[in-house]
Amino acid sequence: MTVEINIESLRAQFPILHQQVNGRPLVYLDNAATTQKPLAVIQSLDNYYRSYNANIHRGAHHLAHIATEAFELTRKKIHALVNSKYEHEIIFTAGTTDSINLVAQTWGRKNLKAGDEILLSVLEHHSNIVPWQLIAEEKGAVIKVIPITESGEWDMAQIDSLLTDRTKLVAVNHVSNALGTINPIKKLIDAAHAKGAVVLIDGAQAISHLEVDVQALDCDFYCFSGHKMYGPTGTGILYGKESILNDMPPYRGGGEMIKTVTFEKTTYNELPHKFEAGTPNIGDFIALGAAVDFMNDLGLSSMRSHEDELLRIATDSLSEIDGIRFYGTASHKTGVISFGIKDFHPYDIGTLLDKQGVAVRTGHHCTQPLWDWYGVQGSVRASFAVYNTEEEVHHFIKALHKCVQLLG
Amino acid sequence: MTIEERQQEIISEFQMFTDWMEKYEYIIELGKDLPLIDAQYKVDDNLIRGCQSRVWLHAEMADGKINFTADSDAIITKGLVALVVRVLSHATPAAIAEADLFFVKEIGLNEHLSPTRSNGLASMIKQMKIYALAFASRQL
Repeated sequence: MTVEINIESLRAQFPILHQQVNGRPLVYLDNAATTQKPLAVIQSLDNYYRSYNANIHRGAHHLAHIATEAFELTRKKIHALVNSKYEHEIIFTAGTTDSINLVAQTWGRKNLKAGDEILLSVLEHHSNIVPWQLIAEEKGAVIKVIPITESGEWDMAQIDSLLTDRTKLVAVNHVSNALGTINPIKKLIDAAHAKGAVVLIDGAQAISHLEVDVQALDCDFYCFSGHKMYGPTGTGILYGKESILNDMPPYRGGGEMIKTVTFEKTTYNELPHKFEAGTPNIGDFIALGAAVDFMNDLGLSSMRSHEDELLRIATDSLSEIDGIRFYGTASHKTGVISFGIKDFHPYDIGTLLDKQGVAVRTGHHCTQPLWDWYGVQGSVRASFAVYNTEEEVHHFIKALHKCVQLLG
Repeated sequence: MTIEERQQEIISEFQMFTDWMEKYEYIIELGKDLPLIDAQYKVDDNLIRGCQSRVWLHAEMADGKINFTADSDAIITKGLVALVVRVLSHATPAAIAEADLFFVKEIGLNEHLSPTRSNGLASMIKQMKIYALAFASRQL
């Protein structure tokens, strides 16, 4: 159900938004990099350290029980959020990057052989390129890349020829961080499965904007980060299908991930603990649960419709700027606008916007192959979250006009 | 003029500006005005890669002093580069190696020197000092 967001009461939950930067009210439009945190998340973290900090799973005392329960409650909430079949298919990691590296170093190390193919796309973040290059180099596997069209969408006509009997893994993002394109992952997952390939989805940019149902998608892995969904940094999720996770060797060795240890032979713990060596990031994962509640209370469809409206207003106003070039004009996009103006360097625009209190991202956004494809150094990227307002969009556009005037 | 005097000169120039816009207008003008580097030196070997903007730096020794020429693809970085070149160029290797660029902070542009700005400026200054040390060791 989509309901109108009460923006005033919502913004009251984000203390960080109410400040001046360079003498102007902060307009935070770098949400694709990281979202700000609501009071519920901050208080949850504070409450954990004040009231029940303890190491989990092992302790036989009161605080350890409460902490373990709160920590595992977040797993339940994530399990419900992405509709995984089992709770133990939700592995806690340090972030999306960590999740992808885990799969590359365990599943990849066990299953990839010389001549096998890994299929990526031009839209990938470096975090979904480099881990595959590392393992591909070690195993002699080959990386292939789905090209894009001018609008910043996968060239689906190429999929059939790119997926071959040698394709062992497809790793792509759900939503492009640089352009905001929502990719047709279901089609690709089905096509990849028809060839017997395993599919990993980088959902870092999707999780706070789109409904994700891993069973309906039928993806083999789905990764995302807590800090891009109103939760703390240092929290990441790896969803994997039970059978595949069970078949994978452990990643890091240490406490928590073992069943029995002798110097001759160690047996490993069951899912999800097999992949969670050492003391986890307890407090942050507990607070991540509060972030899931925050999103559930608002409702993803309401959040999405608010962000879509901001995207529409911003795109319309930006279109009127002389010499603007949009990167990523797909009809299905999240609230991300990537653009350049004339031959102005993105860094210059970003610096002058910052002077006016507007925070955007400039540069290559960790997607250098994408900008090589466009033949430019990078872009200016404004990305919206649920707490952004129409007034802020107008402020951003006004500040941008000032940049053009100064640089022109 | 010594490096110290040049810095004082820039500081008094910037005292005329009453707000950030005037300051940046001036920096942008500096960036636009100067053909900073000879095309033959604007090559990858002389490239200092920032995460965002790029800087090219060339150093030459004449009459015991180092002359720097430099360029950037971002106009604000180029304006800042122009200021640093103005301060450090035509000075002895020893003076450059020892120089403390206090003017950047004094004119309120310190943020551009922090490594997080990734504009290549901090790396450029480091590279200038490396050139100074290299030229100084050749003089011995």
